[in-house]
Amino acid sequence: MIRFILAAGLALASVPAHAEMNIVEVTSPGGLKAWLVEEHSIPFVAMELGFEGGTVLDAPGKRGVGNLMMATIEEGAGDMDAQGFAAAQEALAASFSFDIYGDSARVSAQFLTENRDQAVDLLRTALIETRFDQEAIDRVKGQVMSIIASDATDPGSIVNDAFNLATWGPDHPYGTNDNGTVDSITALTREDVIAAWKTVLVKDRMFIGVVGDITPAELGPMLDALLGSLPATGGTLPPQATYQLKPGVNVIDFTTPQSIALFGHQGIKLDDPDYFAGYVLNEAVGGGNFASRLMDEVREKRGLTYGIGTSLLPMDYGELILGQVASANDKMAETVQVIRDVWADVAANGLTQAQLDDTKTFLTGAYPLRFDGNSTIAGQLMGMQMNGFPIDYVKTRNQQIEAVTMDDIKRVALRLFRPEDLHFSIVGQPTGLN
Amino acid sequence: MRILLGLLASLFPITVLAAPEPTLFKLDNGMEIVVLEDHRAPVVVQMVWYRAGAADEMPGQSGVAHFLEHLMFKGTDNMAPGELSDTVAKNGGSDNAFTSWDQTVYFQRVAADRLELMMKMEADRMRHLKLTEDDVRTELQVILEERNQRTDNDPGALFQEQMSAAMYLNSPYGRPIIGWRHEMEALDRDKALAWYKTYYAPNNAILIVAGDVDPQNVYELAKTYYGVLEPTPGIESRETRVRPEEPPQLAERRVVMSDPRVSQPQITRSYLAPERDPGDQKMAAALTILAQVLGGNGATSVLGTKLMFPPDAPMVYAGAGYGGTSHDDTTFSIVAVPKPGVTMEAAEAAIDTVLTDFLAQGIDPAKFARIKMQLKAADIYADDDINGAARRYGSALTSGLSYDDIAAWPDILQAVTEDEVMAAAKLVLDRRQSVTGWLMPDGYAEAAQ
Repeated sequence: MIRFILAAGLALASVPAHAEMNIVEVTSPGGLKAWLVEEHSIPFVAMELGFEGGTVLDAPGKRGVGNLMMATIEEGAGDMDAQGFAAAQEALAASFSFDIYGDSARVSAQFLTENRDQAVDLLRTALIETRFDQEAIDRVKGQVMSIIASDATDPGSIVNDAFNLATWGPDHPYGTNDNGTVDSITALTREDVIAAWKTVLVKDRMFIGVVGDITPAELGPMLDALLGSLPATGGTLPPQATYQLKPGVNVIDFTTPQSIALFGHQGIKLDDPDYFAGYVLNEAVGGGNFASRLMDEVREKRGLTYGIGTSLLPMDYGELILGQVASANDKMAETVQVIRDVWADVAANGLTQAQLDDTKTFLTGAYPLRFDGNSTIAGQLMGMQMNGFPIDYVKTRNQQIEAVTMDDIKRVALRLFRPEDLHFSIVGQPTGLN
Repeated sequence: MRILLGLLASLFPITVLAAPEPTLFKLDNGMEIVVLEDHRAPVVVQMVWYRAGAADEMPGQSGVAHFLEHLMFKGTDNMAPGELSDTVAKNGGSDNAFTSWDQTVYFQRVAADRLELMMKMEADRMRHLKLTEDDVRTELQVILEERNQRTDNDPGALFQEQMSAAMYLNSPYGRPIIGWRHEMEALDRDKALAWYKTYYAPNNAILIVAGDVDPQNVYELAKTYYGVLEPTPGIESRETRVRPEEPPQLAERRVVMSDPRVSQPQITRSYLAPERDPGDQKMAAALTILAQVLGGNGATSVLGTKLMFPPDAPMVYAGAGYGGTSHDDTTFSIVAVPKPGVTMEAAEAAIDTVLTDFLAQGIDPAKFARIKMQLKAADIYADDDINGAARRYGSALTSGLSYDDIAAWPDILQAVTEDEVMAAAKLVLDRRQSVTGWLMPDGYAEAAQ
């Protein structure tokens, strides 16, 4: 593959869609709100549920409980054990997945029109009549431990953990791994898991996106049947995290031929008036396509890496501009220097008019391409609501990109690219770096 | 929950389906055209698939197919280096490429009204690539970094590379696509251009256009841009290209590897397995279903229920995988991660016991019926993913299958019987044609005693 797809990219980067797409807000008889796009050409429905507050809701000393809880949801419900539940799901050819991130928990579902009622009822038992059998919890704990063990010797995971800890400290959930530690997982009880379930999957922080073969009249009662019995409210959301990243280079020694680096510093909030300007600027500097400044300087001109990119991470409790790169141990020092030079140049000079115009053309032209299948769109409908965007956001988003001026770029460049604050966490054995 | 191991990326769930209906054309110069319509969004994907991949490389030049793929983004007589990707980006599109054993593929995804520009550029680089020594030298560093990132930094990937090398006694599938490092370091402009001149021609390429397009219009555009390109005489026969084939495999092989970067030991058993053959896909269909029966969903699969679920179960994870779409013989694989304290010997013995019992006892009819239901539903879900459909066509066609084979595949899968799956299992699960691999942390074997 010519280009490495960076795993980063978040929030706004995954917002939607298509100006002609008809999004309607549906309110169920029971008062649940959802955004719906009807698409009757294929006989199935995709539904995305988002719950604000993910692993940040892990209680003190219970790190990893949210992840363990979400991973155990499909391991038994109602009168079915894990294997019975899986068999029932297979028989309906429905697919459900349960995931959790720092700021949110997600439930994704796809089910056929021909057995929609049964599939929805099966998902209801998973969410509402979850069993959390001790045996299932123990089995999933074993899987989580296995992941923790693998991460402990994986350079990519080591650098992530190191960067997060240095950025947010040990006391905010952002500073530690969502999986928890061997000790924290070992100590978790069934009661802890049930408490997390009642804390995370709650109605007043839930956002719903639906795309597919269903009408508004059918959707309302379906949502009530599926979600009406969830708890109304949940646990307390945490305070803002305290940014504490120190400028400089932190090398974590690890025997492997190629060093991996995460780099960056504090970013910009989603509701900042300059967010769109920052978004455009980041795309031009580190957007991951060949047109980006970093890709050009580090890969195309010098062959120092296979891929480099940066992302804005406007998380709920803190914000970063974060980059990622990997270079052979004897080349990482040069890579770091080139990044520093680009950073300084952007801070001093912003973009040229041509760079700004090209980036805008890319971003506005690429926007409709995100209109990419029912499940993707359902996720975008959910995400827009969670971000607090208006329902006509898809129609105004490109105008906000177009409105970014050279002055905006100059102003935001000074705030967003701060060479003196740049931190590098590097895992490997880079030469010539202290 | 699903535990994600790097090597499982290739062990996918059920992929079947031919839908939607294609419109087919062929240009006078031999280039084939497949158009797949999806008018839900004003978007198009253009893909050009070359019937040339890593398995076609000359011995000693491993990695040249992939290297050329990178160099295809440098200039032509009409475009400056990087101009193609820049132009795609300026038009709001995305582009990329990938190399596999049987094919090399270039694609752009862009607003439907920009298709003509994409064709103009893609056609240009099919015949008019221009490479400077500088471009080649820098890009060689990039692919070495790519090898660092994908392979040398990842013991699981190194292990997989050793497994494949041991699996194939004669087939070029035993060589890594990215290339062995020492051979990559010796690649140069002449080797890359020789590869390009041999294989990059309209009569060795398939154009696939999927999305919000009118087939007749696609054909007219293709005639304008691709139709004028000169074919290379003599490569039409590549539809039936012949490569070194596997001899009878008579002796099982073992790969034992330790690496301090490994935390979780892992056992992989790979068996040589037949692939989908033109006009003869029944065995591959049975093996596709066998992979679901043995692996698939861990909560209901044979390996999962026996090795992951009982209270004293030895494994954290156990699964199976088979990818039948390839030109030559492929593999059927079983992967397991033992629980802490379980020795590699005990874990391997547990796998073999499960397989022996399965061969004696057969398939649970309820599980078999559920798999058939999922295959049927997969046809519906597939309509939501036009890119996936385009990839399935390209992959099948460049693996030597015909349009009829692709169209017949869902029905062939649906028609497979339990007896046919068991017959396939007995044929393939033969240790004489297998490699068993142990990947362990340093010192694991002693520590687990």
